[in-house]
Amino acid sequence: MLSAEGLRYTFGGGIVVALGDVSFSLAPGQTLAIFGPNGAGKTTLLKVLAGLIRPQAGSVRVAGGRRVIGWIGHQSHLYGHLTVRENLHFWGSLYGMPAAARAECAGAVLQRLGIADRADQPVWSLSRGLLQRAAIAKALIHEPQVLLLDEPFTGLDLAAAAEFRSLLAQLRGAGRVLVLATHNVDEGVELATDVAFQRRGRFVHYAPRAARGAAEIVEAYRRAVSDG
Amino acid sequence: MAELLAQAWTIARKDLVLEFRTRTALLSAVVFTALVLTVFNFGRDPTAVATIDLAPSILWVTFTFAAMLALNRAFQLELENQALEGLLVSPLPRVSLYWGKLLANLAFVGVVEAVGLPLFVLFFDVPIGRAVLPLVGVIALATVGFVTVGTLFSAMVIRTRFAELMLPVLLLPFLVPPLVLAVLATAKLFAARPLSESLGYLKLLAAYDIVFLTFASVLFRYTVDE
Repeated sequence: MLSAEGLRYTFGGGIVVALGDVSFSLAPGQTLAIFGPNGAGKTTLLKVLAGLIRPQAGSVRVAGGRRVIGWIGHQSHLYGHLTVRENLHFWGSLYGMPAAARAECAGAVLQRLGIADRADQPVWSLSRGLLQRAAIAKALIHEPQVLLLDEPFTGLDLAAAAEFRSLLAQLRGAGRVLVLATHNVDEGVELATDVAFQRRGRFVHYAPRAARGAAEIVEAYRRAVSDG
Repeated sequence: MAELLAQAWTIARKDLVLEFRTRTALLSAVVFTALVLTVFNFGRDPTAVATIDLAPSILWVTFTFAAMLALNRAFQLELENQALEGLLVSPLPRVSLYWGKLLANLAFVGVVEAVGLPLFVLFFDVPIGRAVLPLVGVIALATVGFVTVGTLFSAMVIRTRFAELMLPVLLLPFLVPPLVLAVLATAKLFAARPLSESLGYLKLLAAYDIVFLTFASVLFRYTVDE
């Protein structure tokens, strides 16, 4: 479904290695959680997977191409002077969804994220947390098979974060591939089927989560990012 | 092709709705046009140079700088919440994004020109009576030319520092050919010369439009991809 092979990307003429020979492969239903400190190259990796940045070496394969990718990044990608619903319709149309399907999906996803009552409000009037929920709705409007999430819990309150986690678990259960990048190990570990620790662009650890609990992974992460 | 155009229209419609909701850029451009024409009207000595000799240049200098405002704002819309990133992740063909922006810019500049032309006639008392239709043709051809190139450069500079300064510096050299042709054709029309005398200029303007529309459609993807 999603595979990366030998990805390499550097900045500043090779001085800063954002991606150093990163490879992995994910099948439907798998969730890869990538943990790493700030500047480890997590966002660069997601941008390469999304096709926003062309890697200097290596390749990415996504079954279905761009059409099946959903992206939740640091920014909402929403237009402030359109309403939440208008934004969802606009983004849905870019993914080739007919008007009736857009309306149905928008209604369902807004309901699920608890912002159906804000659907006709302009985006500029939303609080940080509601904006993040609208951004999640935008990413899900075209029912993506591959979801790339960059620090997706930022700005969500505890209840919204829990609801979003449950939604992600449901998506994983429905056979979606999720790639979640965060610096906060506690946030994504429950969802993960596979875990990677990224440091200075490289995967210093990449393995199935198996039966490991959150505490074990936190401890392994601390060791991995502090070594060397 | 139909899908490319449909996607382009989706982008253009979104830009026009956003502009209609805020109106700030459009109003600024219209006010700017009126102010420039006012300054030219009072800042010249009508006894030194005949109005009819200056008028074509004044018209095109005004339209060019008003168009810069439109072109600057075209991709700035996409920097809000980094929407450009979302557009580039989506399956939207790059050429549809370019054509959409081009259509929205043409509509925007067209409105500014539609307001600016009567003001120009009012201020400078230029006899355009029988030349209205050919003049609209000249304006349309020249506008398509500089908006085509301007939309490409607008995308190129949007992620640079001082984008608003960079755009005119990069763009103006490319606008010299259509501007010269437009000024020459406009001067012939204002002088009530037969249309056949302007046809050569119109053909060259059309050729400029076709060449740069083709180049810009091909090159656009390299301006937005990282």
